[in-house]
Amino acid sequence: MGEEEGLHQTQLLDTMFVRGLKRKCFDGEEDIEGTLAGIKAIPSYNLQRQSLLDMSLVKLQLCHMLVEPNLCRSVLIANTVRQIQEEMTQDGTWQMINTQSTGQASLDRLVSTDILCRSSREQAEGKHVPGYSTFNKDFEGDQAQDSSETMSTVSSVQAPRNLQSNVWEMENPQENKGNFQKSLDQIFETLENKSPNSVEDLFSEVDNSYYDLDTMLTGMMSNTKMGHCDGLETFSSPTATASNSNCKSDLNELDHIVEILVES
Amino acid sequence: NFIRLASAHLTSVSRSLWMAFLPSSVSTEPHKLLATGDKGGRVVIFQREPESKNEPYNQGEYNVYSTFQSHEPEFDYLKSLEIEEKIKKIQWLPQQNAAHSLLSTNDKTIKLWKITERDKRPEGYNLKDEEGKLKDLSTVTSLQVPVLKPMDLMVEVTPRRISANGHTYHVNSISVNSDCETYMSADDLRINLWHLAITDRSFNIVGIKPANMEDLTEVITASEFHPHHCNLFVYNSSKGSLRLCDMRLYEEPEDPSNRSFFSEIISSVSDVKFSHSGRYMLTRDYLTVKVWDLNMETKPVETYQVHDYLRNKLCSLYENDCIFDKFECAWNGSDSVIMTGVYNNFFRMFDRNTKRDVTLEASRESSKRRAILKPRRVCVGGKRRKDDISVDSLDFTKKILHTAWHPTENIIAIAATNNLYIFQDKVNSEMH
Repeated sequence: MGEEEGLHQTQLLDTMFVRGLKRKCFDGEEDIEGTLAGIKAIPSYNLQRQSLLDMSLVKLQLCHMLVEPNLCRSVLIANTVRQIQEEMTQDGTWQMINTQSTGQASLDRLVSTDILCRSSREQAEGKHVPGYSTFNKDFEGDQAQDSSETMSTVSSVQAPRNLQSNVWEMENPQENKGNFQKSLDQIFETLENKSPNSVEDLFSEVDNSYYDLDTMLTGMMSNTKMGHCDGLETFSSPTATASNSNCKSDLNELDHIVEILVES
Repeated sequence: NFIRLASAHLTSVSRSLWMAFLPSSVSTEPHKLLATGDKGGRVVIFQREPESKNEPYNQGEYNVYSTFQSHEPEFDYLKSLEIEEKIKKIQWLPQQNAAHSLLSTNDKTIKLWKITERDKRPEGYNLKDEEGKLKDLSTVTSLQVPVLKPMDLMVEVTPRRISANGHTYHVNSISVNSDCETYMSADDLRINLWHLAITDRSFNIVGIKPANMEDLTEVITASEFHPHHCNLFVYNSSKGSLRLCDMRLYEEPEDPSNRSFFSEIISSVSDVKFSHSGRYMLTRDYLTVKVWDLNMETKPVETYQVHDYLRNKLCSLYENDCIFDKFECAWNGSDSVIMTGVYNNFFRMFDRNTKRDVTLEASRESSKRRAILKPRRVCVGGKRRKDDISVDSLDFTKKILHTAWHPTENIIAIAATNNLYIFQDKVNSEMH
């Protein structure tokens, strides 16, 4: 990533966030329409917020590739991700119309981030997974260019990309949103120190793994209402028509984060 | 000379009402209840009959006031074990209205019960007859106001909350806090704190489980809240020792107008230090240092801005990970000055009395041996003096994370990257 470009972008983000958020707070009491109008007045707020989300997800992935991840840092970044997601849910940008009009430039951008997200196993299988979502309907070609420069570009693309270029219709967005929320919650639950349950007896020998993300995820999840693997796997393979573009892509990001956590 | 007032086979008896129940403003007579729990999961409540006026020296007898099934046997499928219905402990809640509440627990599940009395019922409805059936309207010739008439006392017990799945091991005690909002439950290895209104989660406040269960030598046997101080509780161990715990939480409410995606990260405390006097605590978060008074949990007594010029740069600092830097802080010997490091090999000192602060630099270039340190300044645009550093030219790789102050003299140690600097205040080498 070009340092200058990255710096420029984050400098923009600095000013955007200071201004944009104060304005948002001011508009916070108004209805959704008013808030959206306020946001639209700063046209790239949504994109900048999306950038922050992207940045945070990359950080999460990278820090879990370390032998000894810094737990405090991981928790703070994960909470930031959740905050962004909550705000996006509240102001309605979570529900996205399909953005296929963006064309080739957006696909390149999606693909380039897609490679970052895929585990090596999936790359070998040629399994397609959508990359970071194009949440923002204000998304424009030149802004895509800025962002794509910050990600590593990969020229080769796997064949099943065609699935990605299908029309991703919003099917049952509420349910998908709910499932995403649940999956995200399950990840976050492992980072919190919840009171023990009977599953712990099975792991009584390795209780200090309570603080080890890997074992927490593999051990604790079996006792939650919806096993995270079940929930995420439901969304891991895109179907032709009944797939939710943007919620799903974030679910797949989580899928990858979880896989990385479990495999490491 | 004690006489027997009642006897029954009981496994668990809670006498707190017996001992502590005072005449309330609701009833004119002292109302004494005794709750008992047995092996069959039943709770029996005895009530002391009011003393007879004719025979003032005869104590009132205890009679059954109410009986209800509190717990049933359950089966834990995961462990293939039966969970007994036997009542382990009962606790009355302090009475807040006409109803009584109590907590009862078996080995695993804690239940909150509400006990209400009904000793009057309305009679003389216009539309219903004595049995509750609707009257034939043609028979109604006059209207009457229903009146409350006494009836035989009816005690109704309803379950209000059920807190399950909080304990892996067997619960041995429950204790209600004097704040009347929380209670704790203790099993062999853990103590959980619950809110009376919330049943699906609890906070684990004590855990003595060893990493290796083969090393287990001690278990918790009982625990109880202090009767007046809602932050204190005690627990006993099988080795005979007592441990007193203080649950005070010091937290400043968030300022909603300053909220951003980075609010939580910059509020994360990187260091905490008690003052030498023991009266105060010093905390360092990303942009400030705060002085807390041990006696005030609601907010710090002093807040100092360490490098507020970074507030507009949080996103960049998040991107380059500087926002996660953990700076330490320090008190001087007399607790009058606090010190902490920042970027660019600078460190800051704040005088709590004069409210003045200074920025100094720790580097070979800026400080020759035995030379006096020159105060530095970071300018944020606007007027710029000679030797000022602008915010944009700060070197974020040169961070002073570790600083220490001699306990009695004005000597400080500063760690800057690979170098250790020791400075001394020549003018005021003694504390004052």
